[in-house]
Amino acid sequence: MHQVASGGIDWKAIREDFPILRERAHGHPLIYFDSAATSQKPRAVLDALRNYYEHENANVHRGLHELSSRATEAYEKSRQQVANYLGAASADEIVFTRGTTESINLVAQAWGGKFLRDGDVVLLTEMEHHSNLVPWQLLAERTGAQLRFVPVCDDGTLALDRLSSLLTPEVKLFAFTHVSNSLGTINPVRELCEKARAVGALTLVDAAQSAGHMPINVRELGCDFLAFSGHKMCGPTGIGALYGRAEILDSIPPWHGGGEMIVSVTLEKSAFKKAPHRFEAGTPNIAGAIGLAAAIDYIESIGRAAIFEHDAQLAGYAMERLAELPGMRVLGPSAERGALVGFVMEAAHPHDLTTFADQYGLAMRGGHHCNQPLMRRFGLPGTTRASFYFYNTKGEIDRMIEILRDAVRFFS
Amino acid sequence: MISELEELYQEVILDHSRRPRNFGDLADAAVRVHGDNPACGDEIHLGVKFGTDGGLQDIKFTGHGCAISQASASLMTAKLKGKSRAEATEMLRAFHDLVTDETAEAPKMLGDLRLLQGVRKFPQRVKCAMLAWRAVEQALQQSAGESTISTETEFVTP
Repeated sequence: MHQVASGGIDWKAIREDFPILRERAHGHPLIYFDSAATSQKPRAVLDALRNYYEHENANVHRGLHELSSRATEAYEKSRQQVANYLGAASADEIVFTRGTTESINLVAQAWGGKFLRDGDVVLLTEMEHHSNLVPWQLLAERTGAQLRFVPVCDDGTLALDRLSSLLTPEVKLFAFTHVSNSLGTINPVRELCEKARAVGALTLVDAAQSAGHMPINVRELGCDFLAFSGHKMCGPTGIGALYGRAEILDSIPPWHGGGEMIVSVTLEKSAFKKAPHRFEAGTPNIAGAIGLAAAIDYIESIGRAAIFEHDAQLAGYAMERLAELPGMRVLGPSAERGALVGFVMEAAHPHDLTTFADQYGLAMRGGHHCNQPLMRRFGLPGTTRASFYFYNTKGEIDRMIEILRDAVRFFS
Repeated sequence: MISELEELYQEVILDHSRRPRNFGDLADAAVRVHGDNPACGDEIHLGVKFGTDGGLQDIKFTGHGCAISQASASLMTAKLKGKSRAEATEMLRAFHDLVTDETAEAPKMLGDLRLLQGVRKFPQRVKCAMLAWRAVEQALQQSAGESTISTETEFVTP
């Protein structure tokens, strides 16, 4: 569907699938370089949402009528699609959540609340987004568990040589990001999971920045949990999922109580459904799940390997061009990296740069990117981040360089 | 060139951001306020020395931040030095209105600070402009000692 005659992918036609990319900002053609915050949505996803509300909308798992059957079927089919997308063994290993943050909080509160004790350790890294840090701080406060951190090297990679001394038997869980949202570092997930397993620790992968950008197979990676958000991969906001290995997920008590997650209820106590429904109290985000499935279909129609290749080329090209600018420092590894570049310029503070760029239609993010400890580690108050997706072009990067050059002149 | 950008970053503002006035540690400060803007990591460390009449005899700052926060702090210290508490409070209120209220007239007493009026067109940047003022607001509420403030707490006009 997105192939051209030569067998390559027609990226230009793909761009046309995103109506918002025709918008103008401050009178200029929009250049959207903030997909790491949230991606834009293709028409296929918007149509799926509309179709659901026009033809299938009803509550799931409870109505005995035609529409409820359609909604339930579509909702559960979406779960199966997520399972297939992640290479999970079964749809029962997929819990729908509001996104990565909620997925991690579920594990921290429900799994951590039951299994962690005073003296246990949760191993994290210095490059975690606040969403994979704060839930563990809250848990540590509650249980007396300790937090430990894998340091980040100057080149933005994890200090893997420190791993063996950090991964002691007290470590019950190693939670880490797949791709750093401000450095672009791609962590060696498989290796990290293997090392954790060797000391009996479970693993949680924060796949917020990778799920829509590269092939992922949870069984090949060997992780126990994986969390991601739909909105960063062409889906709607407010929907995401937690993958949990069946054996582990089944051992976790309910998290939120309410309708939908119970088998029977008396005034005194309740019996709960099995995973994953045990973790989905109340009416779920049905439309969101259906929109997420449409996003998965859309991404698969292009192919994740092709998307990864495309984004890696853009990031590489951006690094190359940014190096032409005076007083430029790009953070993170120079080789293998995710679809983003974080940088600081001597000429201007990130906030001034992003305000300036915005006036020319270029949307970037400036600040600490929910990475305050990491920024401190690099001695920076913040960075400017340009993040890419498969609908971006080299031409847009060229334009970014022109705008940044103007900014240097303007602020110097 | 774009007019809103030029209005935001006027030459005087860029000049103050590149070469902030009253930048440095005030050794004999009576009050020290450490302020930060958690949204962007900007920091200010403000020192104030009060005269026998209670006025702001001397005022200096250090820290780091964007052009708007640095220029605002620089222009503010230049303006407030030698002013009475009542005058400082009045300017604080006037400056807050200047950068937040679309309809506010720029009062003459603010002098060059009026050049920061362009900030009102950039709502995300109001906190940058207000950081130094939030610090001075805190300083005016105490006669001695050290304290911290953040732009994430509600602005209360004294």
